[in-house]
Amino acid sequence: MTQLVSISSNLLFVAFVCYLIATLFFGGAVKGTKVGTTSNSEKRWGLLGIIVTIIGFISHLAYFITRWIAGGHAPVSNLFEFTTAFGMMVVGSFILIYFIYKTPVLGLFALPIAIIIIGYASMFPSEITPLIPALKSYWLYVHVITAALGESILAISAVAGLVYLLKSVDISKKSKQRFWLEAVMYTLILAVGFVASTTTFSLMDYEASFNYVDKEQKAKSIIYNTPPLFGMNEYEALTPEAMTPLVETPSIINAKKLTTVTWSLLFGTLLYGLIRLITRKPISALLKPFAQKANLQLMDEIGYRAVSIGFPIFTLGALIFAMIWAHEAWARFWGWDPKEVWALITWLFYAAFMHLRFSKGWQGEKSAWLAVIGFIIIMFNLIAVNLIIAGLHSYA
Amino acid sequence: MNNIICACGHENPEGTVLCGNCGRPLTTEAKKQKLADMRYEGTARRSQTYNKSIIDKVWNFFSSVKVGISLIIIILVAAAIGTILPQVLFVPVRGAAEIAAYYERVYGSFGSIYNWLGLSDLYGSWWFQTLIGMLGISIIVASLDRVVPLYKSLKKQRTRRHGSFMKSQRLFAQGENILGEDTLSISEEKLKDLRYKVKREKGALLAEKGRFARWGPYVNHVGLIIFLLGVMLRTLPGFYMDETMWLREGETLAIPEVPGFYLESKEFILETYDKEQTDEVFGEAIERVGTIASNFQTDVVLYKNSEDALPGQTTDLIEVKKESIQVNKPLKFEDYAIYQMDFRLDELSTMHFNLSNKATGESLGDLSINLDKPEPFYDLGNGATVELKGYYPDFSGFENGEPQTKSPVPNNPAFLVEMITPETPKGETSFVAIKQTVEPFGDNNYKLEFQSVDTRDISGLTIRKDKTLWILALGGVIFMIGVAQGSYFNHRRIWIHENNDGQLVVAAHTNKNWFGIKKELDQVTETAQLPQYIDQQDAEDQELKKDGEKSS
Repeated sequence: MTQLVSISSNLLFVAFVCYLIATLFFGGAVKGTKVGTTSNSEKRWGLLGIIVTIIGFISHLAYFITRWIAGGHAPVSNLFEFTTAFGMMVVGSFILIYFIYKTPVLGLFALPIAIIIIGYASMFPSEITPLIPALKSYWLYVHVITAALGESILAISAVAGLVYLLKSVDISKKSKQRFWLEAVMYTLILAVGFVASTTTFSLMDYEASFNYVDKEQKAKSIIYNTPPLFGMNEYEALTPEAMTPLVETPSIINAKKLTTVTWSLLFGTLLYGLIRLITRKPISALLKPFAQKANLQLMDEIGYRAVSIGFPIFTLGALIFAMIWAHEAWARFWGWDPKEVWALITWLFYAAFMHLRFSKGWQGEKSAWLAVIGFIIIMFNLIAVNLIIAGLHSYA
Repeated sequence: MNNIICACGHENPEGTVLCGNCGRPLTTEAKKQKLADMRYEGTARRSQTYNKSIIDKVWNFFSSVKVGISLIIIILVAAAIGTILPQVLFVPVRGAAEIAAYYERVYGSFGSIYNWLGLSDLYGSWWFQTLIGMLGISIIVASLDRVVPLYKSLKKQRTRRHGSFMKSQRLFAQGENILGEDTLSISEEKLKDLRYKVKREKGALLAEKGRFARWGPYVNHVGLIIFLLGVMLRTLPGFYMDETMWLREGETLAIPEVPGFYLESKEFILETYDKEQTDEVFGEAIERVGTIASNFQTDVVLYKNSEDALPGQTTDLIEVKKESIQVNKPLKFEDYAIYQMDFRLDELSTMHFNLSNKATGESLGDLSINLDKPEPFYDLGNGATVELKGYYPDFSGFENGEPQTKSPVPNNPAFLVEMITPETPKGETSFVAIKQTVEPFGDNNYKLEFQSVDTRDISGLTIRKDKTLWILALGGVIFMIGVAQGSYFNHRRIWIHENNDGQLVVAAHTNKNWFGIKKELDQVTETAQLPQYIDQQDAEDQELKKDGEKSS
């Protein structure tokens, strides 16, 4: 069984590498500038891209299945498992949309996002955890897998929106849209910064232990895996060679998480600065040529189509199945737990999205922005609600 | 009410955008637009026709999609604000003053303001519930306002539409009729292959499919309303009940709010994953995290009072069933379900003492005190007795020489006893606790010494009755049907006309998925050699077509 676990993680790595390679191929498929025409070489690149993507996806699926067999439960029970599964479904949804619309440009942007998601996932403890009593139910598989599938299809709408905006927003002139588009790019780089900083310090085997007093006035201890920029409330350092925290924080702030976030910000900003310094261009300007071949009308259509495919699945998984399970496990179908509330917020947001589009004629750029914001809300629910707002769903 | 009379002679109610008969634009705005606004088929809705009485005004307010979207956004933002700090529900204190103090202590002045503004109980607040209620009304009114005219209009739609209607459709073509008289028949056949329903009139064809997709939004709104009604019903007595009980091992208690039923706990079981025994793949995780619980379980027996028993009588219980309640596996009976929610381990239940002579060490016997129901008097049988003069279940120290108890829970039991032995018939007073003996009136000859203690676990159980579940489920199912109907099917229409100049005019409309209808129209265009359509909304498509024309 432990052998199966290592096979499983190798398969995940293979998938990761495939997605990287496929991204490059898709890059080759959209390098021309003429809209609506595809040269033979571009077709070849596109074909190679989708083949490698599918190989990666199969490997990813094999990771999922082998890990399921090894652990005896679907690998969706902690942050690492859920996030990698979510990454897999984003790729799966992209493949689905690719076969409907044959758009390599979508792959060029969907795959890097999947890569960042998987990279983010691998920063969390990846060993197989046995299920705690609350998770011992087949609703775990039904609820989590359906919800993640719905979210991943919704994510594709954001990818289409991003492509739309990269093409349609005029970045030669200063504008709000240009600013926010670049802000989205910067946020993606910050995610890479998180992966980079965490990896750097874990390769260094960095560890610093502290005793501190928590908000209930209890004495606790904590281990940092990054140099402690911020110290916990009334901390006492136990690792003499580690750096002394610059600032001590009050008890309601988790200084360890704040430190991790700050390091991600520092690494991400450094990375962003380097890219800008070397290329002398904003990231949106760097990426714009790749979106130039996209047909705006088609991107708009894909964005809306993805929402209308994803929304019912999301409702079923993240609200209806969730309520049924919550009723069995927690004796109530709805309890205003932060994760529940954010699932509701996501649902309300997409409901508003569809009404705006249908009744107020919000198409094109407006619709694309909404799709991007929707994805930000989904990511907020995945990242911030799990890590910052503690609730019943904080298993990882 | 002023009716608008169209050039074709059809009378349309005020507010109509496109004539119900021929499809000509009627408003000056609609006439200016290049593409027809096809929402609700351009029909007049009640909200556009009437605006006089107060009822009209209220109706118009709630029928507005703008108002609906605003309500959604306000609810969304409010819901998000409610997650900034934990709601009172998740805070470990009760009572308004304690809660206020808790928010102040833990979250500082921000917490204090948050609580003072009522944001700490946001979801239960009157204004949040009013917003949800308003959204519910908006859903009902806006749906009714639209579904009726839409239904009428789709039901009586004509095959031939006016040229201006055709021209203002997003997919449009006009050109030579290559196949002449056969065009419409060939188109009809192809469209039927594509599973369209086809209507013919002289020189005109209307192909339509998936009209039922148009009802999807209204069906899902019905589902939402049923769901909200179900939630509202819960506030009425009898539909919904939520109680908790703490049940000790070995104890039989009446189940709160469930008349005639009793529950006995045989045992509470807490299991954890054992590194040695569980699958080796879990080893790493168990090592990192420490203990991981695998099961919380209460083995219970459910009893029912016999028919003729008096209320509260517990002598005549009939066993209904034995079951193990686990997390995710509640005990269900009649309308009720009992859930494993919480536990406390190792509550003290019985203390064992020994009475002995301090000098000789001679024992006069043992006695056991049940901490729930201590006896006032214990007879050791050989002339020695112990009288309990005071019981302090949660002893916290002396105040003015008097022993104090913090709570009625036996966390640290202590007793004031009088020991009478054949040697000391007047009795000796002693104060005994687990590791403490105090002799308040001087040295005694005898001592009551603590030996051991029995413990037991307590299960925290939740009892639920929810008679609204089937309504909620029905609402959920209807919502899902509606949302699937509206999302996964499209209403597509294709019009093909021969106009007076002998030219062909083609127009197509779908409520969503234009990519799909284009693929079908491509097939029909090819088969019946129709003029090539353009997507009038896609500037790039039009440029491309122009390029193509130039180069060919």
